[in-house]
Amino acid sequence: MIPPAFEYTRPDSVDEAVRALADAGDEAKVLAGGQSLVPLLRLRLAFPELLVDVGRIPELRGVREDGDTLVIGAMTTHHQVVHDPLVRRHAGLLAEATATVADPAVRHRGTLGGSLAHADPAGDLPAVALALDAELVVAGPAGRRAIAAREFFVDYLQSALADDELLLEVRVPRSDGWDFHYEKFHPVAQSWAIVGVAALVRRDGGRIAEARVGLTNMGATPLRATAAEEALAGADGPEAVARAAEAAAEGTRPAQDLSASPEYRQHLARVLTRRAVLTATGMG
Amino acid sequence: MTHISVNVDGTTYEDEVEPRLLLAHYLRDRLGLTGTPIGCDTSNCGACTVDLDGTSVKSCSVLAVQADGCAVTTVQGLAKDGEWTALQRAFHEQHGLQCGYCTPGMIMAARDLLRENPRPEADEVRQALEGNLCRCTGYQNIVRAVLAASGPPAHQAAEEVTA
Repeated sequence: MIPPAFEYTRPDSVDEAVRALADAGDEAKVLAGGQSLVPLLRLRLAFPELLVDVGRIPELRGVREDGDTLVIGAMTTHHQVVHDPLVRRHAGLLAEATATVADPAVRHRGTLGGSLAHADPAGDLPAVALALDAELVVAGPAGRRAIAAREFFVDYLQSALADDELLLEVRVPRSDGWDFHYEKFHPVAQSWAIVGVAALVRRDGGRIAEARVGLTNMGATPLRATAAEEALAGADGPEAVARAAEAAAEGTRPAQDLSASPEYRQHLARVLTRRAVLTATGMG
Repeated sequence: MTHISVNVDGTTYEDEVEPRLLLAHYLRDRLGLTGTPIGCDTSNCGACTVDLDGTSVKSCSVLAVQADGCAVTTVQGLAKDGEWTALQRAFHEQHGLQCGYCTPGMIMAARDLLRENPRPEADEVRQALEGNLCRCTGYQNIVRAVLAASGPPAHQAAEEVTA
């Protein structure tokens, strides 16, 4: 289908982009890689008056280190994230999960910032950002501010970004030495996860010292499985992990859709949490 | 209307386009390059895959204005002086198509794979083509064609050397 008509601007700098957003009120959308937005336009599910294309702002691309933190520009593509040596070394969970997003052509265009700002709970990377305790730096007319991933995902397809704010970069604390795995259950290649589990585990000797578990598609926003995280602390083998994983769906209210019932999603969250932790740690 | 300058298959075009024009429609309807088909309208099928500045993209999910200043290669830009590339020849020789609708996208996606990984294993070919659907389900011969166009997989080459 043909998208509805809109105006288009392609600013060269963050300041120009923020000004364009501020001038447009709530009628503008930011165009990053376009791999979610262009299909939505084509299906006429979005009707912005203005697209602000941030694809040519150099500041928004690339990966750098800042002490113990990796700083990933919002316009860094999935393909770049998957192949970036810094990401692979210091945020392996992000590289592994990003390699499962859609397909190679989409990963060439789609961006980390775009998929976080889109705030789709069925997207893989929001739950990963939660598990990594990432921080999102945004710019608006009043200046810059940092938002913790836990505060960023507000509701279905809604983030804490104001209409006149632009996501600049994602700050990811280095998780060197942590075990990790993203376990995704989807019916066919390149489809959305029915449920996904991002596990990040720190071990001390033969025991799990600390675990962080992010859940994909288990509610209106990505979630942390906090009950399972607490139960996983101290787990010393596959049986203990399996018991702790039983708490993975606690407090969740997943959606009913053509793919799955809420009960089935909760079942998957438990099974996939067990698998994700066992695969990450090699305990299984 | 927005002015764009795009190099497509070696020719530079200067055009005024509506911002909402998809790259796929620009190629087909404005430039007449109908070798790039549109299959699904949902970004799933990959039939419209083209090369944009050196990587494969789905041209139904890119706006023509986003290609401003870029180089696009379609399946029609591959053959030089009427000579097919090895990959195109392999699709012909291995019967890597039935109805042919997915073929341009398959070839563009496979070309991208072979640039990154000139000697893929069969499984790597299947992974690389996960964004391209063949409704005739002719995947077996498509994978065979891509393998035929590439060198022997790395492990086989090593065995040949040591044998």
